[in-house]
Amino acid sequence: MATLIKRIGDWDLAEECAQEAFAEALRRWPLDGVPRNPGAWLTTVARNRAIDRLRRESRKSELLAEVATEPTTSDPMNDRDDEPEIEDDRLRLIFTCCHPALPLEGRVALTLRTLTGLTTAEIARAFLVSEPTMAKRLVRAKHKIVGAGIPYRVPPAQLLPERTAGVLAVLYLLFNEGYVASGGADLIRANLCHEAIRLARALTQLMPHEPEARGLLALMLLHHARRAARLDRSGDLVTLEDQDRGRWDANEITEATALLDNALREGSAGPYQLQAAIAACHATADRPEATDWVEIAGLYELLLELVPTPVVELNRAVAVAMARGLDEGLALVDQLESSRSLQSYYLLHATRADLLRRLERPAEAAVAYREALELVGSDAERRFLERRLAEVTAA
Amino acid sequence: MKYMLLVCADGVPDPVADREIEERIGPWIEEMDRRGVRLEGHPLQSVENATTVRVRDGEVVLTDGPFAETKEFIAGYDVLECADLDEAIEVAAKHPVAKYGTIEVRPFMDS
Repeated sequence: MATLIKRIGDWDLAEECAQEAFAEALRRWPLDGVPRNPGAWLTTVARNRAIDRLRRESRKSELLAEVATEPTTSDPMNDRDDEPEIEDDRLRLIFTCCHPALPLEGRVALTLRTLTGLTTAEIARAFLVSEPTMAKRLVRAKHKIVGAGIPYRVPPAQLLPERTAGVLAVLYLLFNEGYVASGGADLIRANLCHEAIRLARALTQLMPHEPEARGLLALMLLHHARRAARLDRSGDLVTLEDQDRGRWDANEITEATALLDNALREGSAGPYQLQAAIAACHATADRPEATDWVEIAGLYELLLELVPTPVVELNRAVAVAMARGLDEGLALVDQLESSRSLQSYYLLHATRADLLRRLERPAEAAVAYREALELVGSDAERRFLERRLAEVTAA
Repeated sequence: MKYMLLVCADGVPDPVADREIEERIGPWIEEMDRRGVRLEGHPLQSVENATTVRVRDGEVVLTDGPFAETKEFIAGYDVLECADLDEAIEVAAKHPVAKYGTIEVRPFMDS
């Protein structure tokens, strides 16, 4: 599909012709055999269809001339390998779909629609909106790309770092959407994790010199490795401390740590590599007591230099509490609370509550749990906080 | 592609900002004119000197002041001719007001 957009410049037309080419392949290949270069076969068929359509609709004669006069391979069945071109196009597509001038929800939707096999209906279900709403979101994004002149390209060197960070952020957002979806309830949402991982994997291949792409993939795999242990049979949250580590996916952890080591060797540890390193500390500890909290605290310090946000500060405070003592961690959390930058962030209050609980100050913990409960979003987390509140008020 | 830059000031009095903008606007215009990306542009007088014109039921209705009563206001405009949105964004980002106010980048409609 990416190849078609480069040549046609009309998303909808390209999409329809791609669908028709796939349908044609399903009809022809069982009879004729799979061509040596399936990608080129599909591109040729789709392009020919597009030419026919344009001719019939007599739209934009210059466009038609451009497409029709490009050298055609006469035998798509035995075409030479033009894989690198297709790969370049996929990269252009990812960067275009994730352009910062598009609204974030549009970036996410368009990335899914254009780069994965998900239908508009499936994407709508995954994001808990109606199909017309999602369709409108996609149309708006496509129209803006064309209307506002968003270039279809991999950004030039001076823009690449910030744009790459943007792509990684969209993929991570996709992953998180799927990750926090409760277990078996909606497979479509859990499937988002798989799509995000596939896209991140593709990105590591398309950008082999970008260690942060490997860092992101490692981070996703490390989170994903724990999914079977995150919820108990009633669908309630199990904290990292209490998770059955035997249910963690060892293969994913192994793959992730190898990716991470490979990335870190390049010596430019960005935020995703650092987060992955933190996740790897947890994933490689066979018991909670074996967790290297000192290392984790150090990694958060490095992360703070790159991402100096209150949320990262909060996470560091937890690591400090575990590494250097609960009082020291609590002091950091209290500092954050008085800075009022995380007032409506339920995890600030939940963290305070947890530290107070461990310090055996149940009355204060209860106050903090109640504050957290006023702000918490998901049902699973609400139930978790209510259980903790009951524990400390019974004490 | 042609783009309109709507240069919006935030309405907060700031003599330091004003001085910096005054110093940097000349060089910005020079660079963008030289590059051929800026076709024209001009600062606008204060919204206090604006007049809103509506025709309703055949009658010309005038109001003193800007189209929208907001703290932010349009301080000037530029018309750009750029290769794509990325170039327009780069030009807008270099505009001295971008650091203190907001620059809206809007493509011209195809004629």
